[in-house]
Amino acid sequence: MDTTFPRLLLQHAAQRPAAAAMREKEYGIWQTFTWSDLARLVEHLACGLHEAGLRRGEHMIVIGANRPRLYATMLAAQSLGAIPVPLYQDAVAAECVFPITNAEVRFAFAEDQEQVDKLLEIRPQCPLLQGIWYDDPRGLRNYSEPGLASLDALAQAGEAFAARNPGFFKGEVDKAAPDEVASMFFTSGTTGNPKGVVHTHRTLLDRAKAGADFDKLTEREEVLAYLPPAWIGQNIFSYAQWLACGYVVNCPESGSTVMIDLKEIGPTYYFAPPRVFEGLLTTVMIRMEDAGALKRGMFHAFMKLARRVGPALMDHQPVGLADRLLYRLGDVMVYGPLRNNLGFSRVRVAYTAGEAIGPDLFTFYRSIGINLKQLYGSTETAVFVCLQPDDQARADTVGVPIDGVEIKVADDGEILVRSPGLLKGYYKNPQATAEVLSNDGWYHTSDAGFIDAQGHLKIIDRVKDVGRIKGGANDGAMFAPKYVENKLKFFPHIKEVVAYGDGREKVCVMINIDFEAVGNWAERRNLPYAGYTDLAQKPEVYGLVKECVEKVNADLAADDKLAGSQISRFLVLHKELDADDGELTRTNKVRRGFIAEKYQPLVDALYGGKTEQYLETQVKFEDGRTGKVSATLKIMDARTFDPVKVAA
Amino acid sequence: MNMMTDAASVLEQEQDQAPAAPARKLGEVILDVKNISLSFGGVKALTDISFDVREHEIRAIIGPNGAGKSSMLNCINGVYQPQQGSITFRGQTFSHMKSRQVAEMGIARTFQNLALFKGMSVLDNIMTGRNLRIRSNLFLQALRIGPAEREEIRHREYVERIIDFLEIQAFRKTPVGQLPYGLQKRVDLGRALAMEPQVLLLDEPMAGMNLEEKQDMCRFVLDVNDEFGTTVVLIEHDMGVVMDISDRVVVLDYGKKIGDGPPDEVRRNPDVINAYLGTAH
Repeated sequence: MDTTFPRLLLQHAAQRPAAAAMREKEYGIWQTFTWSDLARLVEHLACGLHEAGLRRGEHMIVIGANRPRLYATMLAAQSLGAIPVPLYQDAVAAECVFPITNAEVRFAFAEDQEQVDKLLEIRPQCPLLQGIWYDDPRGLRNYSEPGLASLDALAQAGEAFAARNPGFFKGEVDKAAPDEVASMFFTSGTTGNPKGVVHTHRTLLDRAKAGADFDKLTEREEVLAYLPPAWIGQNIFSYAQWLACGYVVNCPESGSTVMIDLKEIGPTYYFAPPRVFEGLLTTVMIRMEDAGALKRGMFHAFMKLARRVGPALMDHQPVGLADRLLYRLGDVMVYGPLRNNLGFSRVRVAYTAGEAIGPDLFTFYRSIGINLKQLYGSTETAVFVCLQPDDQARADTVGVPIDGVEIKVADDGEILVRSPGLLKGYYKNPQATAEVLSNDGWYHTSDAGFIDAQGHLKIIDRVKDVGRIKGGANDGAMFAPKYVENKLKFFPHIKEVVAYGDGREKVCVMINIDFEAVGNWAERRNLPYAGYTDLAQKPEVYGLVKECVEKVNADLAADDKLAGSQISRFLVLHKELDADDGELTRTNKVRRGFIAEKYQPLVDALYGGKTEQYLETQVKFEDGRTGKVSATLKIMDARTFDPVKVAA
Repeated sequence: MNMMTDAASVLEQEQDQAPAAPARKLGEVILDVKNISLSFGGVKALTDISFDVREHEIRAIIGPNGAGKSSMLNCINGVYQPQQGSITFRGQTFSHMKSRQVAEMGIARTFQNLALFKGMSVLDNIMTGRNLRIRSNLFLQALRIGPAEREEIRHREYVERIIDFLEIQAFRKTPVGQLPYGLQKRVDLGRALAMEPQVLLLDEPMAGMNLEEKQDMCRFVLDVNDEFGTTVVLIEHDMGVVMDISDRVVVLDYGKKIGDGPPDEVRRNPDVINAYLGTAH
């Protein structure tokens, strides 16, 4: 698209001035901003910002939740050729210091008192920061800090300026070129300082348009903006694609009302990370367990049918007439009301991304007639790299490369991407830029994966974690620990898994059972147990886990690249892996290396062919005291399968 | 710098920390209580209590169990009729108040033991607080005829502003009985605010709350006082809360006033220390 964000705004305002651009729920009612309202507000804000001293090429912070006036401020800054830098609204004050000093920010938009307090707190460390405007005046009445003013005051000043200088705004908008920098997004680095990802109008709009064309999005879509605007995904869905397509973006009343607002709006285009879908499913299941016997019976009977034929129907595959009619009945009795309850009645396209989604979870939504699909992309690629076509959605791939994208798999398995949506570079960090962006335009994703027989991209792990099996029957086979771990974790009875195999002759895993799920399972079988350690070592539980492991092996065998990653031996740990004991990171990711050291005897026993191993571990209780847990752990062999040769 | 952090920090019981300097201006005496005595049969609940409340201030009444705090509030509120003494509100002096008259004059209250309509939604509960301000009669309301409907919309808007102010949008349509205790307390405050009171009487607004709920409530009380200029009289047990958010404190013990003044002064008053910590005999 050969245009800029502000030009698109003016275009919509000229063509459809009275059409809704955004809605915001306030005082219990959805309040509408039309395209012409918005264009006028943006003009006033831009004039106000110009008068305050915001200049072309300068960065401006916006921090807050999804609000029409936050997006209007971004547009106003871009109208002047300045670069809005959205920050996460839940970031602590100290985390905002680096972006502000790094980008030499002088001006900021803060949504409310909470954000203003944060900026005022770090002001001594950010001497350049001179102007802060807030949207919600609540609690700010008695603040007398210099440079702090309301957005209303800014718009008023801008209105007066615009009256004195008609044509100024239009002139500024016309000056900007599509290849100028439009926005900068800071990515949270796990180590070191965050990096500012620089995007131009062209990179963002090109990808926004490509994604919209792929799913045939129109100006009639309804979108609920509820994830942080600083995250590029939300920015694409409720900003870049919003302006590219001209649909309506709806801002929820508050973070806690999202589910209610979702139901009221009934979006047609929806995005959520897997955990949101998981949470929704859990609520449905809990409520169904509490429902009357008749309702519950009906739900389970129709859900069984849905699991059998629903996904096939979604994928336009042939389904028998009787099943079709029964599914139609189920749609009236169960699926329709359920979709309505979840707020998905009108969803045409729903996406999930960010982490692996369990096949059961994925199938559930598709089986009740929600077009849930996966996509692949990152901040550096302006999101859209791969998308799943409507009738080819699968739980274990992330889709096909879309218009304009080239994908190449490097020798070490790393996915390389070339597309018109790639970042211009990391801000003031040529070294980091050179690391990910090669001279011939390939972006290194640091994800390992491959293109499968159907042309779908499959992501298996981070490149640095992928290893090789050494020696034994599968010498040289690829080993992707996270891929194996995730496959096991999708079983409700398994909570955490650590897989080993890099540089060894076979794959062995240590497993944590889910105490609640397995406890429940044991109670239904009248299996008595004294506690976690006791339950974990029950032969019946080992049987249960073994079944899961072998299912995973059968699954892996069907995959010619990963057949060598099948699990040979496993054990069930006697204690839960815990962040307090350093076994998990604070974001609950397993620390493979640390665990291998801590449980050295277990790893040795797994590879040494022993059938049990005594172990004593130190544990830290929540109050800081330490204690010892000891147990004799059984080790079990699992059946592996010969690789299945898929007929090409 | 701002009230919120101050409210939170004093909960940590920093003795030296000065309370938030009130940015608002305290006005004239709005409520003057003179020589109030109240007894139930032979039991003297209050003996010769006098204190005043100035406009826009936050005035706390503290004291050990059975000191007569709630009785004092009930006298102002018109629930109890004191045998002696007078209460002057905005220049008008009364020997005893009537509950409805008190409400109409602009004094609202919340209750120590919640008195909400459990089966009704949050919205409807707060709407009941508008009762005194609804002018159209039952007949017009039932038929939703012109002026009644316009009035309903106006009141509904005011209630929505309170819901927004107290950040309970997510529970607008939830029956109050299903809400956790801390939120019910907030709804109780919302209903009192719906009266657009000049003076707000809060009977132990933080009783039974956890630390986080207390911090929230502190902020709401300060915000009410700041945004609407409402005068607040509150009874509270939590000394940290009282010392932080109130401008002046009255201390009662066995129905007698043993201290009166700014928090710092009251804290140093030996009688108050005795009442709270006991004396060696």
